[in-house]
Amino acid sequence: MMSPTQWDLPPELCCRPMAFVALTGLDVTYNAIHRAIWDAFCANRRADRVPISFKVLPGDHEYPKCRTKRTSYEWYIPKGILKTGWMNKHLNLVPALLVLFYELDWDDAVWKEKQSECATKVEIVRTSLQGRNTKVAVVLIQKKTPLPPGEDLVASERAASLCNACDLSGKSLFVLPHTDHLVGYIIRLENAFYEHAQTYYYTEIRRVKSHKEFLNKTTHQLLFVRHQFKIAFFSELKQDTQNSLKYYRTAYSLVHELRTHETNMLEIKTMAGFINYKICRLCFQHNTPLDAIAQFRKHIDLCKKKIGSAELAFEHTAWMSKQFQSFGDLFDEAIKLGLTAIQTQNPGFYYQQAAYYAQERKQQATHLCAHEASVSYPTPDHLETPSGALDFYGQRAWRQGHQSIDPPHMEKEKGGILALQMKEKDVPHSELIIALLSNAVAQFKKYKCPRMKSHLMVQMGEEYNHAKDYTKALKLLDYVMCDYRTERWWSLLTSILSTALRCSYLMAHVKDYITYSMELVGRASTLREEQKSRIEKNLIKVLMNEVPEAEPDCDQASAKAAQALWSDRMSLAGSNEFTIEVQDYVPFVQCKAKFLSPSFHVDDPVQLHVYLRADCPHPVRFSKLCVSLSNQEYNQLCVVEEPCKSQDILEASSQENMCLVPGKTRIYSFKFVAKTEDVGKKIEITAVDLMLGSDNGRCVFLNWRGGGGDAASSHEALLAARSFKSRGRVPEQHVEWDTVSIQASTMIISRIPKISVQLSHEPPALNNEMYRITVSIQSNEETVTKDVKLTAGLKPGQDANLTQSTHVTLNGLEMCDESHPALLPDIAIGDLQPGEKVEKYLYVRCVTTGARIFLFHVAYALSTKVEGKDITCKCHKDEIVTIETVVPFEVAVKFVSTKFEHLDRVYVDIPFLLMTDILSASPWPLRLVTSQLQLAPTMAAMDQPQSQVEQVVLQTGECASECFSLQCPPVLNGMSSVASGQYLISWKRKSWSADAPVVTTVATLPHVMVETIPLYVHAELPSFGRVRESMPVRYHIQNRTGLVQDVEMSVEPSDAFMFSGLKQVRLRILPGAEQEMLYNFYPLMAGYQNLPQLNIGLLRFPAVSGQLLRRFLPSRIFVKPQGRQADDASIAAA
Amino acid sequence: MAVCIAVIAKEVCSYWAGTKACTPSTCGPAPYTFYLQVFGHFFFSPLFNQNYPLYIRSVPIQNELKFHYTVHTSLDVVEEKISAVGKAMADQRELYLGLLYPTEDYKVYGYVTNSKVKFVIVVDSSNTSLRDNEIRSMFRKLHNSFTDVMCNPFYNPGDTIQSKAFDSMVTAMMVQAS
Repeated sequence: MMSPTQWDLPPELCCRPMAFVALTGLDVTYNAIHRAIWDAFCANRRADRVPISFKVLPGDHEYPKCRTKRTSYEWYIPKGILKTGWMNKHLNLVPALLVLFYELDWDDAVWKEKQSECATKVEIVRTSLQGRNTKVAVVLIQKKTPLPPGEDLVASERAASLCNACDLSGKSLFVLPHTDHLVGYIIRLENAFYEHAQTYYYTEIRRVKSHKEFLNKTTHQLLFVRHQFKIAFFSELKQDTQNSLKYYRTAYSLVHELRTHETNMLEIKTMAGFINYKICRLCFQHNTPLDAIAQFRKHIDLCKKKIGSAELAFEHTAWMSKQFQSFGDLFDEAIKLGLTAIQTQNPGFYYQQAAYYAQERKQQATHLCAHEASVSYPTPDHLETPSGALDFYGQRAWRQGHQSIDPPHMEKEKGGILALQMKEKDVPHSELIIALLSNAVAQFKKYKCPRMKSHLMVQMGEEYNHAKDYTKALKLLDYVMCDYRTERWWSLLTSILSTALRCSYLMAHVKDYITYSMELVGRASTLREEQKSRIEKNLIKVLMNEVPEAEPDCDQASAKAAQALWSDRMSLAGSNEFTIEVQDYVPFVQCKAKFLSPSFHVDDPVQLHVYLRADCPHPVRFSKLCVSLSNQEYNQLCVVEEPCKSQDILEASSQENMCLVPGKTRIYSFKFVAKTEDVGKKIEITAVDLMLGSDNGRCVFLNWRGGGGDAASSHEALLAARSFKSRGRVPEQHVEWDTVSIQASTMIISRIPKISVQLSHEPPALNNEMYRITVSIQSNEETVTKDVKLTAGLKPGQDANLTQSTHVTLNGLEMCDESHPALLPDIAIGDLQPGEKVEKYLYVRCVTTGARIFLFHVAYALSTKVEGKDITCKCHKDEIVTIETVVPFEVAVKFVSTKFEHLDRVYVDIPFLLMTDILSASPWPLRLVTSQLQLAPTMAAMDQPQSQVEQVVLQTGECASECFSLQCPPVLNGMSSVASGQYLISWKRKSWSADAPVVTTVATLPHVMVETIPLYVHAELPSFGRVRESMPVRYHIQNRTGLVQDVEMSVEPSDAFMFSGLKQVRLRILPGAEQEMLYNFYPLMAGYQNLPQLNIGLLRFPAVSGQLLRRFLPSRIFVKPQGRQADDASIAAA
Repeated sequence: MAVCIAVIAKEVCSYWAGTKACTPSTCGPAPYTFYLQVFGHFFFSPLFNQNYPLYIRSVPIQNELKFHYTVHTSLDVVEEKISAVGKAMADQRELYLGLLYPTEDYKVYGYVTNSKVKFVIVVDSSNTSLRDNEIRSMFRKLHNSFTDVMCNPFYNPGDTIQSKAFDSMVTAMMVQAS
């Protein structure tokens, strides 16, 4: 670090004042017990222990002499405000309390002698402290643990006598037993010492205060300040910071009441600075940071204009800088102790301001200390004092103690000022400024001020530049440059770039020089045209391997050194090729590369345009432009090259192909045939390189990653896109730069197939049928298409269940099953001549209903010529069709009685009918080939059932019905649900040929409830009656149980019939037997007549009602009217 | 006395998602939709997080660069103030941000429009004639004039302001202030 300068605050001012207690009589080097005691005092001085600074001094130590106290101030003229030694004296030299350690036990054998020796020692220190108010205390180091007070009579007696001998008060005598609890005793001791010290400082404050009455305002102004300062300082030693702050504040206002003139300005400012420092420090300590800031602001406002001697103006700025710096330090320290700062109020601002004053100091110093070489340091040295230090703070060495307005000795004054100026010359100003700036940077980083941080880093960079440390300067500037670039503050960027260019020139860094030049002549630069022109000319010189001209604002010597460096660079062979990645800059050449289309067919040449534009003031000539693509094989096809001679670089002719005219857009177009392997791949522009210069001079590659563009271009493109200007028409050949958009990648896609794939089929597909799709492929190519392959079937990527339930085959003659796949890949078709057509049939069986997507993919190879190059293209064409699968028909089944009444259950051994309805749901006519009933063992057919719907054709919505007579064999328990069997329907579409496979659809018949009944009744009667003609009716009653049944029968009278037979009877039927009842009905009316109702009651089975049994009996009969024979015949004929 | 007035382009559009007036169709360059952009929230691209100067002028001219730096660094505080208000409160936020920070020599004041365009005024610290109220009214004038600029169908939002009317307003303001 730097050695302390006159502007640094003295350490005794900056430390925290603590009561000073001196310990004597301890031999810490040779006595282990003494050492332990001393260690206990020093070690672990944490915040909870009293603030005392201890020091071990020998018994015969000499303390600063106390001058005889002044009794009157009448003739006294003070020489200065505060002596330089005063603070140190009270911190480190004059103790508040002197403690004498002495080894003595109460029961010591030679007590008397020891007592007198102790008294002598006390006397010696008293003498050396003569005139001071310093208290003296004695500590007896004892080996034995003392008894509780009052019990040891010898001890109290001897203590009293020792006090008496040493002239001590009882409060100043202590006993330190050297036992286990040393630290505990020490802490109690130091608390007692602290009290004594407090008393001492209290009396000192009183003493200084008492001087006040002797002072008068005319001659003793300085003393008012001095005394207030002393009181405040003693209060601080007493740890009374509140009062201390109060006194410092008074002292501060008093110091500004002093009469100021050029000779004492420095002294006043120095003291004001000291007191201000103390006030701010205490305010931070009291956790009132706003007070501290307010005080500091007041201080600065009061002192800002107190410049003092104009010849030493740098002293003022140095002092100001120090004020800000030390306040920043205080603020930072307070933050470390827990204070929270904010973005707009943090130490960074103070360091920044300190740096600002340091910069000002440097300027003034260069201005004021610009002595000619002949001026030498004055002899004798006026800055030397006899003691080597000043007596009073802030005074001049050559006129110490002088307080009048005019300097006493003009010659000395001049010499002194010259000496100071000469000294100032040697101050490392830049170093100071940079240190302050970096402090500020650290703070602003912490308080989220990135821009402030960047700004300060720029200043640091500039300062390094001034200090000729160009490497560091460039490092810093480079670091922040990109922030300004992304934020588009071109004016600031230009200024930074100019500095950077100067640095790189002075170091002869070729690459950096080129990079900065490039940006400075480009569109982001706010330099004037003639400046740009100058830089561009220099750039051209560098490209030709010549020495560029010096940048302005370089001092002569540095410029000369730089010239030499450049010449060295020139002679160096090699290392003359540079690649500059310009993507993150705003270079003077803009580049945009675009593929003309986002995709190219493999049989079309890929077209690529590179647009270039220069923004510099003069035309530029380049020698090579090359585009790098993701497939490097194409790179050689995308190069424009034309080596240029030196002459061309200098005088670029605007007519030339390789010349960029400022403001004009140039287009370079490239064309190449893509490789067939790249079909389906993306081709990307990975970089565009532009070579400036020549191989024999220097060559610089400007490298754009991707399709060009730079740090500013995307924003410009966006603005342009919104601009009303872009609406306007531009002439064909003129390209509006902003409207060009980068297209850095393109897809190579396969050639457009000239083949037609047509599908013909009759949707929807019917469930389970072999659905036929006809694929016709016709070649429209002009040459033979080779290796035609068809992939057909279910499009992959659909529901997995569809794959299981879809089967595809080429063979339409037999039903396909699970073994057939859902997709048939690569069905070879062979070669197709131009215009040739091929048909393929594909049969699809869909087991489940629903929509399916089918894919028909035709691939083939073809040889063709592109741009004179033979290539074999693979082409393919996809057809996709969605086919819905529906059920062909609905099958409905119902059970009815022989009377066609609906049955919800059937009865054992009683015949019933099964009726089936086939309702066509297909939009196409269906032919039912046959149908078949497969009965379950629990069902029996009454006769051999035959299909009644064979060869029936159903149109949409038509229904075919069949009827089968069935009977159930007995079931075990009275009632159960039994299976009925299956109904098989064989069918195909009507349009299909005879050899097409028949589809069999199985309909499972429903289960039916079977019930056993105890009694069965059936009637035997003619099919019709005739009015007034008797007709016999026979009722058969069967007992189907194993029990004898009692049956009650009655026939109810009817209006339509007269009848004979038993009207009411009760009979008994044996198990399994049948009873026959004969009635003669005699119809009275013609038409459908209800028969007389037969009521049957079972005594044993009351649940079997007559209602149920009546179901088996006919309820009515047709009665023909009585007529002639002829009528009969006619009716019979009808 | 030295004065500097700056208009800074806005940063990322925070209304991009929420406001219907800010769809690409309404923000197109056709003149008749343009008024909608101004009174709704017109936007710069959400791609760019930028605070570049649309307009910056200072007197005296010789110290221009320093003013540019001052304005640029003050954006730290502006951004912090805007973000501190929070998204929900953004609509009720007062446009005038007040004194951003005092330096030894200058006072820097800030103002942010609802569309997040920032105005910054830098005046001499010693200039006591300009109090909070005067600064406020200066900003209001600036805002009005800026709105006029935006209403010009030939002005392309995002370009630097080259309006004569705006220029003369600023000149008048500077004469008055210094």
